Amino acid sequence: MWRDARLVAAKDLRIEVRSRVALNQIAPFALLVLLLFAFALDSDRNVLRDATPGLFWVAVLLSTLLAVQRAFSLEAADGVRDALRLSGLHPAGIFLGKVASVAIQLVALELLLALGVLVLYDAPLTSPLLLGSTGLLATLGLAAVGCLYGVLAAGQRVAETILPLLLLPALAPLLLAATQAVAAASDGVASEGWRWLGLLALFAAAYLAAGVATFGILLDDG
Amino acid sequence: MEPAVDLCGAVALVGRFPALAGADLVIDPGEVVLLQGPNGAGKTTLLRCCAGLVPVIDGEARVLGCDLRTDRRRVRGRVGLLAHSSGLYDDLTVEDNLRFWGRAAGSDRADVEAALDRLGLAGRLRGVAVGRLSAGQRRRTSLAVLVARRPELWLLDEPHAGLDQAGRDLVDGLIRDASAAGVTVLLSSHELERAAAVAHRQVEVVGGHVREVGGESDVA
Amino acid sequence: MNDTTASKATRVLGAVTLAGIGLLVLFGLVISGPDGASVGVDANGAPTGQGEVVRIMYMHVPTALIAFLAFFVTVAGSVGYLLRRSEWWDLVAHASAELGAVLLFATLVTGALWGEPTWGTYWEWQDARLTTTAVLFFLVLGYLAVRRLPLERGRRSRLAAVVGLLLGPATIVCHYATTWWRTLHQGPTISRLDPQIEGTMLFSLMLGMGVFMALYAWLMLHRFRVLWLENRVEDLGLDLALAERRAEAGASGASTTGPSPTPATGPTPTGAAS
Repeated sequence: MWRDARLVAAKDLRIEVRSRVALNQIAPFALLVLLLFAFALDSDRNVLRDATPGLFWVAVLLSTLLAVQRAFSLEAADGVRDALRLSGLHPAGIFLGKVASVAIQLVALELLLALGVLVLYDAPLTSPLLLGSTGLLATLGLAAVGCLYGVLAAGQRVAETILPLLLLPALAPLLLAATQAVAAASDGVASEGWRWLGLLALFAAAYLAAGVATFGILLDDG
Repeated sequence: MEPAVDLCGAVALVGRFPALAGADLVIDPGEVVLLQGPNGAGKTTLLRCCAGLVPVIDGEARVLGCDLRTDRRRVRGRVGLLAHSSGLYDDLTVEDNLRFWGRAAGSDRADVEAALDRLGLAGRLRGVAVGRLSAGQRRRTSLAVLVARRPELWLLDEPHAGLDQAGRDLVDGLIRDASAAGVTVLLSSHELERAAAVAHRQVEVVGGHVREVGGESDVA
Repeated sequence: MNDTTASKATRVLGAVTLAGIGLLVLFGLVISGPDGASVGVDANGAPTGQGEVVRIMYMHVPTALIAFLAFFVTVAGSVGYLLRRSEWWDLVAHASAELGAVLLFATLVTGALWGEPTWGTYWEWQDARLTTTAVLFFLVLGYLAVRRLPLERGRRSRLAAVVGLLLGPATIVCHYATTWWRTLHQGPTISRLDPQIEGTMLFSLMLGMGVFMALYAWLMLHRFRVLWLENRVEDLGLDLALAERRAEAGASGASTTGPSPTPATGPTPTGAAS
């Protein structure tokens, strides 16, 4: 299973390197969202700085939608889905590989967004350990939920509209926890932050487990 | 010796349509069988059924020893399907695709290289992205993937379609070599003369049913 | 065969429900008194309460609880279907989700209506339950959207079962997250939605619970049966299609190419359309 995961992740990342969709399209989109927030909130420096944790994570969430859509539109092309089912790859391995690839792309996006937020919103950067762990765990959770619902939506005629409907409510608690953790970090109340981190870890673990258990069914019948 | 394919009254749905309404087919290992029949008869569904992609809802169906009604996932890694779609990643090169699909099936570098060679893709074409290939070249790449994966059962849906003369001869050669090596081949084709020359026997698919057509042909 | 999905059970349940609703209106709006003591103590030391507004509780609390019950049934049905693959579980999950969605919506609306006079606002983010209910509502909408995907029935049921299964942990996590969130930001004057209840108020509330329970059961029976009938209609369509397909084969069998050792009609397929 792990070997299959590595194989799939490597394949996905190689495709990204060749096609550069995340770089050319998703990254600019993410930065654009940050910009739009500034317009919407009247570029009030104070408001932006206070709202940074939330705005950051909303931008990440929206980018996740795109990243997941992309990850699975790859597999919707030209009979590839059938080929995957026939390939002999362990479905749980495919799931983990996809999660890894999406997570890696999201981490890169988050670093970019963190830079954007520092520059555009003048946000402070304290408790780097907490921030870093939050980022990683939240990303893992995002990728897991995304790939779980992504495969379900993939290949459907209504894929683009059903994915957000399924994904966003499920991600609501993740958004809350990640925002609170980052807010706690920048407020200097690190102890609160670690508690939210616990919830993020639980979230990621639960959805990873769910994905490993059910990806085979979803791949077959979506 | 257990048959490679053993269907008895198999019923399979595509959406809500009973594409297979009672198929009976027995194929021994190493045989090459040609499916013929009009469009919409259920040839593609039959092939996909044997690949374990389509659920069988009635009758009996065993492929390579796996019961398709209860456990069709197990047969998948052991069969190779050449479908109308290419099953390739357009953004990756020919070589990348072969390496990925080959390794997924447990084949090693040597198998991949041999397949590339056999299909004439080992030269300049290996580094070309699949999306840039012509339709015929893409078909050859799909065939190369099939060969590289070394499955026990080949399911070929109109393998000659889209290929030039040289390509078609290549396909015939591949089928002969595979059969000689003990691989079972089930193919559908509208090129009856050419395909009949390669096949041990022919069956006709009509209205979701399969029946034998006489005429053993002279295959070495 | 029945022309409707009614039966003795549903008639009894229906009558009970309707009678119960009548009783509930009576008790809730007339007989039980206004809330005089739950909010706290005012400047003079006299207890203050929510007044007449509290009557919304007789609908809000039962709809909330039964909605959660319905959603729990959906989760259980989804698990049951994944384990047993029997149509019964699948239909139970589906019917319950639909009813649950309606009840959740009612919960949210009554909650908002209750909140306005009590909190001064229709929506109070700090009330963890309201937020969890809202997220759950969207989760159930997602589930219902999956149920409507244009797929073959077995595939759709499996997909929906996975989504339904995920509803469980999703809500639990959401509940914890929002509860912690609330305790973090406990504002100074959030008046509680839970009034002191006793006597006739308690009875009315219990009555409300009973009535909505009966309503749920009644509608579940009907909805389940309608869904079951829809599946049967689809099956009949399939049998018809199978028969046509075989006729197609038989007809062209009269003109086979080349000599054929087997008879034109071939062996009888199993499971012939009856």
